[in-house]
Amino acid sequence: MKPRVAIFDFACCEGCQLQILNMEEELLELLSVIDPVEWREAMSDRSEDYDIAIVEGSITREQDADRLRAIRERAKVLIAIGACATLGGVNRLKNHFPMAEVQKIVYGDAAAMPHLATMPTRAIDEIVKVDYKVEGCPINAQELSRVIRALLAGSAPATPDYPLCVECKKGENPCRYDYGEICLGPLTRAGCNAWCPSNGFWCFGCRGLLDDANVEAAEKVMEQYGRTADELREKIILFNTPREPGE
Amino acid sequence: MPSKKIDIDVRHITRVEGHGNILVRARDGVIEKTEWQVPEAPRFFEAMVRGCSFQDIQTIVSRICGICSVTHSLAALKALEDALGVEVSEQTIRLRILAHYGEQLESHSLHVGYLAAPDLLGRKSVIPLAASHPDLVRTVIAIHRAGNLIMEKLAGRKTHPVRLIPGGFAMLPTAADLRALKHELEATLPRLQVLAEAVAGLAGAFPAFERDTEYVALMKEPTYPYYHGDIGSSDTGEKVPVREFERVVNEYVTPQSTAKWTRWHRESYMVGALARFNLNGTWLQPLAKATAEALGLRQGCCNPYLNNLAQVVESVHVVERSLQLIDELLSAGIRPETPKVAPRAGVGVGAVEAPRGVLFHKYELDAKGNCLSANMCIPTNQNHANIQQDLEALVPQIIDRERDEIRRLMEMLVRAYDPCISCSTHFLNVEFV
Repeated sequence: MKPRVAIFDFACCEGCQLQILNMEEELLELLSVIDPVEWREAMSDRSEDYDIAIVEGSITREQDADRLRAIRERAKVLIAIGACATLGGVNRLKNHFPMAEVQKIVYGDAAAMPHLATMPTRAIDEIVKVDYKVEGCPINAQELSRVIRALLAGSAPATPDYPLCVECKKGENPCRYDYGEICLGPLTRAGCNAWCPSNGFWCFGCRGLLDDANVEAAEKVMEQYGRTADELREKIILFNTPREPGE
Repeated sequence: MPSKKIDIDVRHITRVEGHGNILVRARDGVIEKTEWQVPEAPRFFEAMVRGCSFQDIQTIVSRICGICSVTHSLAALKALEDALGVEVSEQTIRLRILAHYGEQLESHSLHVGYLAAPDLLGRKSVIPLAASHPDLVRTVIAIHRAGNLIMEKLAGRKTHPVRLIPGGFAMLPTAADLRALKHELEATLPRLQVLAEAVAGLAGAFPAFERDTEYVALMKEPTYPYYHGDIGSSDTGEKVPVREFERVVNEYVTPQSTAKWTRWHRESYMVGALARFNLNGTWLQPLAKATAEALGLRQGCCNPYLNNLAQVVESVHVVERSLQLIDELLSAGIRPETPKVAPRAGVGVGAVEAPRGVLFHKYELDAKGNCLSANMCIPTNQNHANIQQDLEALVPQIIDRERDEIRRLMEMLVRAYDPCISCSTHFLNVEFV
């Protein structure tokens, strides 16, 4: 029997779900091995009975955390897709400011209305257990498809644990530092084939920083090009604002 | 006679981008409540971009919306360049407009073909249509792919553009890229005719509902603009410069929504494909005009359901225009250009037409080019009040029908607007009263 798959979203741009639709004919092929039972963006069908939950987006409200916990309870496997879900992504930039200030800036005097309440952004694995992550902003749908197919085959999907520079060098791209830019390639988890540097732009770390990033090497690169640690930090926080200690 | 109760509570309408609810309560034909609610979790982008460099802003704000990320990038770049006093080249403008046409084509075909078509064919999603209407689904996929291909070749990616940067392009397309696009777009025109004929055949499925309202879009005669122009209204002949957009949108907060609502000359106005068609339809390309005629769509149309027809017409228009732009670019030759932008203090505004209506961004920068404040107004915000007004006018006309039919017609109406709800709550305007 085909596994029942449900797709859910929280605070995000829904661009990762769009990558699933962007698979075009390949999506039709994927649908021959899975049975989609709920996907609000694309379907009117609903179900509380599913095997795999695919979750996009970050958690910014208590009611959303509750809904996520209910999804986790129903699903045998939970896959977090995209930087909002795996890291908190750009949504986490909000955490640099007090919540009352953030609300006041956007809603002005209406900020106190109860339905406008918000809390610091959290990634999915800060609320519930996540079985697999598909990194990126947006995700590469082929990578999600590979994860799903690996799950169906009973094997664990592998993710690279080396820096993006490896792929970038393989692609024979010029180094962005040579253009006077700051690039997060030395610290960022590979797996996208150095997509942005291959398109003439620096890496902003949307796949997350490596667990054991070679910070010394990165510092050396910064020193070599006369850049400061503060400049590096400004770029890192765009997608990788650190989690609060003890959070 | 037993009392007839109708309670409709659609929590999270499906096949739209983001979260919206529809509520109706009626007793014995008396409507007690009709409400369009927007409970989407806000993301507070305006607060988040403060302190960020002008070099990073388009990367951040494109993440407001997956379906209109090129549009958000372009609105931001225009606003930043306005603040920084940067003039971009004619080549850059042509390439940006071409990338933007790709997004219009991608978004419109997604909406008409994947999200709205199931309503016209009585299905819950596009997935069963793949079996029941395989040719139509394949045609829609091919059109959708062509829109994505334009963005890939021009912006470097289908979603969240990489190459669009302040001052120009991080990487330029090659002549071979443009020729490949031309080939694909030439094949897209007949596919769009197939789609238009299919939609024309289903035109009876659109409810005959009309409500006169104000239509608002960018205008720049004699063109059908998405990137240039001033703000025009169907109610007045006035053209408002985009720098004065705040006096057009008049945003306000309502308890039923986490997104702000807007009004101009009336209680509400409408933006998007139908608004653009009503204001600028005279300047459509020939095949697009013929398509509108074949679909029976005429300027002055005030049936919001027919926004879907305007999307089909616009899809034809942007492909015709894209082919012209590609020819112009190829005959001029792609010149290498290195964008040069120096930081300075300033305030700038940018406006572009998103697939679902006009979008405004405004930034204030300090001398280092870091963002001091941001202010944006999203098309779906501008449509929320109009959706509410439409529902209030529609429900009395259909209240004697079965509950499920009332619900279906209401959902279809909201869907016709192609709302981008997560977008509309991601950027909300500052309004210190």
